Amino acid sequence: MSFTMAAIIFGMAAVTYIPRMLPFVLFKNKELPPFWQGILKNVPYATLGALIFPGIFLFHENIWFSVAGAVAAFLIAFTGANIILTVIGSIGILTILSVFS
Amino acid sequence: METTAVAQSEFKDGFTSGIGIAIGYFPAALTYGLLAKSAELTFLETMSLSIFVFAGAAQYIALSLIALGTGIFEIVLTTFILNIRHFLMSTALNEKAEEEEIWKKAAYAFGVTDETFSVAAMRNRTINSSFMAGLAIVSYLSWVISSGLGYLAGNALPQIVQESMGIALYAMFIGLLVPSLKKSEKAVLLAATAALLNCVFTFSEILSSGWSIILSTLIASLAVEAAVQLKPKGKIE
Repeated sequence: MSFTMAAIIFGMAAVTYIPRMLPFVLFKNKELPPFWQGILKNVPYATLGALIFPGIFLFHENIWFSVAGAVAAFLIAFTGANIILTVIGSIGILTILSVFS
Repeated sequence: METTAVAQSEFKDGFTSGIGIAIGYFPAALTYGLLAKSAELTFLETMSLSIFVFAGAAQYIALSLIALGTGIFEIVLTTFILNIRHFLMSTALNEKAEEEEIWKKAAYAFGVTDETFSVAAMRNRTINSSFMAGLAIVSYLSWVISSGLGYLAGNALPQIVQESMGIALYAMFIGLLVPSLKKSEKAVLLAATAALLNCVFTFSEILSSGWSIILSTLIASLAVEAAVQLKPKGKIE
């Protein structure tokens, strides 16, 4: 491995790990004001919204294939299926779609 | 002995909760391994990135920057900007983390990704190092092993299956989000606001994807919280 590659890997590892680790080490006593606690409780739902859209429309070069996947995943999840079933079901439906199209 | 049993069941719960992530990482890491090979990285370099960095999007982008001959500083800075969102995620996770020794928290912090964060944050209980270890290990193993498989044999998987598997991580996010959407109007409002903002930031190309996710999440969390607190009590729950 070249020095350059080693430096890149080390640098990337450091700047990725530090933001992951700092909050756990810095914020020991959880006595944030209620308003800020409320905001942090909101973060997971907002993050999921941002992680799903618009990425889900773009994962495949054919946007209609992506849209079909999105619809399939939402439909399966809304029936109350668990996560693994939602994942496998969506893959299955897209595979069938691409075989028959 | 009792605490060991609790730790074991928490680990097992984390491991099971992470299986959806492991399935989703398989095609993503397979593609990464394949791309790394075409970017002329050695097997050792390809695996080192997955083992030490463990951050999908950053690894993809690093590959294209390396292929372009970009300098070390720029690659590291791009990675930092892309991954600073994990600071926000770890801060939110820390709120529901049980009190434990700092080194344990610092250890499982390595396993915080968009996906493990989402699973841990949606858990209906507190989180601890045993749960996080199970969750992170199954995800990490899938990521590292699939990277290697992608490098060595990425072309073996039928194209149709590979393409369909691109939906996997999104389907997982949807599977995590939908139960909350059914129960809580506030969750709908939060997810929709952040999704809309992220679409605007992404398509207008005014922000990099890392900043776009951070800002969408922060603005949505803040605005919705302010709206809920200003409204008459009990209106949005």
